[in-house]
Amino acid sequence: MGKFTFDEINSMYFDVLREIGNIGAGNATTAIATMLGIKLSMEVPNVKLMGVQDLNTAIGSEEEEIVGIYLGVQNDISGSLMFLLKMDDAHNLVNHLLGRDDAYKAPFDEMDLSAMKEIGNIIAGAYLSALSAMTNLNITPTVPYIAVDMAGAILSIPAIQFGQMGDNALLIETSFGGETVFEGYFILLPELDSYDKILTSLGIML
Amino acid sequence: MSQMIKVGMADLNICKSPNAITTLGLGSCIGIAIYDPVTKIGGLAHIMLPDSTKIRNNSNIAKFADTGIVELVNRMVRAGAGRTRMVAKIAGGAKMFEVSGTDTIGSIGEKNALASKKKLRELGIRLIAEDTGLNYGRTVELHCDTGEYYIKSVGKPLKII
Repeated sequence: MGKFTFDEINSMYFDVLREIGNIGAGNATTAIATMLGIKLSMEVPNVKLMGVQDLNTAIGSEEEEIVGIYLGVQNDISGSLMFLLKMDDAHNLVNHLLGRDDAYKAPFDEMDLSAMKEIGNIIAGAYLSALSAMTNLNITPTVPYIAVDMAGAILSIPAIQFGQMGDNALLIETSFGGETVFEGYFILLPELDSYDKILTSLGIML
Repeated sequence: MSQMIKVGMADLNICKSPNAITTLGLGSCIGIAIYDPVTKIGGLAHIMLPDSTKIRNNSNIAKFADTGIVELVNRMVRAGAGRTRMVAKIAGGAKMFEVSGTDTIGSIGEKNALASKKKLRELGIRLIAEDTGLNYGRTVELHCDTGEYYIKSVGKPLKII
């Protein structure tokens, strides 16, 4: 098997990513219930491959404000992970977390941003532990960072990362349910040689 | 009736007065505007990476500062712009996440800005204004009637450079 390029991606890789997503989602539900005491179910309805140039409009228009949580990924693989939410969904999530009224839509304060970073951290940890389990690799997240800004600007980060490897990008849609329903998006960005490691461990031939 | 021409990510285009040309949501990418004030022909490139020679898969010219700027200038010249009259303004190259140390996403914005300036210098095109760095996204518009570069960011007043 030659060096991995995104452009040769096949449907088996999609299925695996969706599977990992669902397992990760299951882990996240448990983790969130345990650590935060709220009931939140997650599932991964869709894994989308798209051109790098289309990533900045994948969540909404380029100028639409969104929340982006960024975490590095370390140990056996290196790279990063991003978790993204539209503003309404972010407000719903934080209100739910902090026990506030659904209608509360004031601009995010430090506590809100902190709560979102924590949720991002939990979800990333859950997703990565599913990936670790399936690949037998030790993969953990680093410190979370948050940005609230135009979708195009936030998505320029994964677009640039994917852009270094080729012309394609992968977006994992996640829907959350339970007491509140909302949607989020995941982007997993291993470094190029880490992709090879992951695929080899999963036994996927290209 | 003036039109607004839209440029996407890893994309470029030219425009003539009275039209304007825009690109939305510049994060760590750079929006390079080049303008000839006599013919009022302008161009805008939305680049993502500094150097096409460092990337194996580099067929998309507009993705890189080095190849994108050259292509933009060529298109403007073909449309009748005067090479020696061209001036440039750049915007973008923000650090969207406050990462520390060695994480490359912290420095890509700055690298894109430096690579853009380097190529402009090599081509002898004077950089007359810039709004780069900091930590927020920008939408830009080059107005080809005046050469003004409009810069819009969330929660900030309009900037014209």
